[in-house]
Amino acid sequence: MKWSLPALAALLLFYPFILTGPFYWDIGVAFLLAAISASAWNIVGGYAGQVSVGHSMFFGVGAYTPLLFYHLWGLPPVAGVPAGMLVSLALAVAIGMPTFRLQGHYFSMATIAVAELIRIFVGTWDLVGAAIGLQGPAVGRAWWDLTFRSELPYYYIFLAVLAVVLYTTFEVERSRFGYYLRAIKAGERAARSLGVPVRATKLKALMLSAVFTSVAGSLYSIKTGFIDPESGFGILVSVQMVIVAALGGAATLFGPLIGALLLVPLQTATNTWFGGGGSGLTYILYGGIIVLLARFEPGGMHEWWQHVAPRLMRRSHAA
Amino acid sequence: MLLAQVIVGGLLLGAIYALFSSGLTLIWGMMNFINFAHGEFVMLGMYVALLVVVWLGGGPATFGFAAAFALFVLGVIVYASLIRHVMRGPMLAQILSTFGLALLLRYTAFWIFSANFVSLPQVSLSGTLNVGGILMPVPQLVAGVAAIALTLGLHLLLTRTTVGSQLLAVAEDRNAAMLMGIRPDRMQALAWGLAAGSAGIAGALMAVSYPWSPSVGETFGLTAFVVVTLGGFGSVPGAMYAGLIIGLIQALSAYWLGPIYKDIVVYALFAALLWLRPQGLMGKA
Repeated sequence: MKWSLPALAALLLFYPFILTGPFYWDIGVAFLLAAISASAWNIVGGYAGQVSVGHSMFFGVGAYTPLLFYHLWGLPPVAGVPAGMLVSLALAVAIGMPTFRLQGHYFSMATIAVAELIRIFVGTWDLVGAAIGLQGPAVGRAWWDLTFRSELPYYYIFLAVLAVVLYTTFEVERSRFGYYLRAIKAGERAARSLGVPVRATKLKALMLSAVFTSVAGSLYSIKTGFIDPESGFGILVSVQMVIVAALGGAATLFGPLIGALLLVPLQTATNTWFGGGGSGLTYILYGGIIVLLARFEPGGMHEWWQHVAPRLMRRSHAA
Repeated sequence: MLLAQVIVGGLLLGAIYALFSSGLTLIWGMMNFINFAHGEFVMLGMYVALLVVVWLGGGPATFGFAAAFALFVLGVIVYASLIRHVMRGPMLAQILSTFGLALLLRYTAFWIFSANFVSLPQVSLSGTLNVGGILMPVPQLVAGVAAIALTLGLHLLLTRTTVGSQLLAVAEDRNAAMLMGIRPDRMQALAWGLAAGSAGIAGALMAVSYPWSPSVGETFGLTAFVVVTLGGFGSVPGAMYAGLIIGLIQALSAYWLGPIYKDIVVYALFAALLWLRPQGLMGKA
């Protein structure tokens, strides 16, 4: 176990040289993006136990601002990233303040409704391209436009961001803030009676989560050079985050990585097997996986493994 | 005159909102559980109506009853196979269960029925009624009146009958109800059946006058959230008033601002409600 972390880091660092070629690099980048957004979701949805089903609003904001900065003022898209983070932060406060007074279901409902509100609104707003969306620079003017022909630079940029998100989560886990989160998740009333500032802690978790989700959105749009309401704010963006985190194991540091490791290749496979019509089947599959997870193993693969591993060990000892 | 007609149209659609939202609020009131798949139940009710009309023929009474019955059965199955096992589990499992179900139903419907809009073939209901210069299409009038009657019926069932008392007893205190010889599991299954059934028949009533595709489930689900939040969680009369109000607001904002704004106005109202009065018109926080 001691070597698992360096081994994981080495594997992620050298992956592009183990499996070479654009096809595998593309999968690698998709894996990293899924892992980043799910890790960001995990902070509020997993650790704090406040299940957001509308995280696409932060992803979408983060995805739109870089291309909007380019579209309006011809600035390099990267310049829009901090603006996206700020808007996401404000959005998190606007949603968290009222709903965190109420039971957890309110938050879930509010997130899905607000995400949908923004999606429809952006789809009618001409300044941000309405239903057509926005495009980034077709050809990079200089390196700071971050338009690379190869997937490789994106892979390492995304990897660096993933490292930051995971390190932050790790620090949160160990801190007093992390204990507060676990206390709230275990029982809000009990936590409050022990002096945990419940609302402030939940709000802080949402703000942190929103900022990272926004960055994930920015990475996506800068790499793709294109964004529209559906790929930024669509419900399937939120679904992806929830399912990746829950499948791997919500409220665990590496759960989202495991989830992305299982889901991204699966998605690539269904899309290749079924062609263009595959996306529909992918979402039927997603729905089925989510239902089965909720019914049988809400702790995800992480908890499942903790049940299974000791039994396997015992068997190998006995043999 | 045109404004009066818009108002009447909004109220008639609002009556249907009231009907399917009362199902959502019933589940919430009974077991503090939000059903994210409720809009998909409405959507399935519409397709059941279509299939019955195409295969078996028959009037609104036939396909309305068929949709209610099919969705009642689905509701009971969903409760018995899924909800019963997650409702006392972690929050994540509670929310993911019906959220996943919503995706499963929605995309299966896309797969089977395609994304194209469909509408019911001309049924026996048609024509318009002229009441003092206000033109009312008969199908919408019948659907609206039926929806209000059914919502009131559900309310009376809950407040005036033995079964209703048993349902409320389970909602109030599961253990105490059990000591009184009520089986909570059976009552909760019944609640899910009634909730899904009301969504199904509401879908069938709407199918009479509006075209639809599998994507409407998402819109109706969110509409039901807004109605239930406005009316107060757990209150059937609240859902009725709020349904009518939301229908009216939608019709007026479509009339004054343009059709694309009708959903934006409603969701913005929801956001405002969360800030100002999260317990709704008739709810207790």
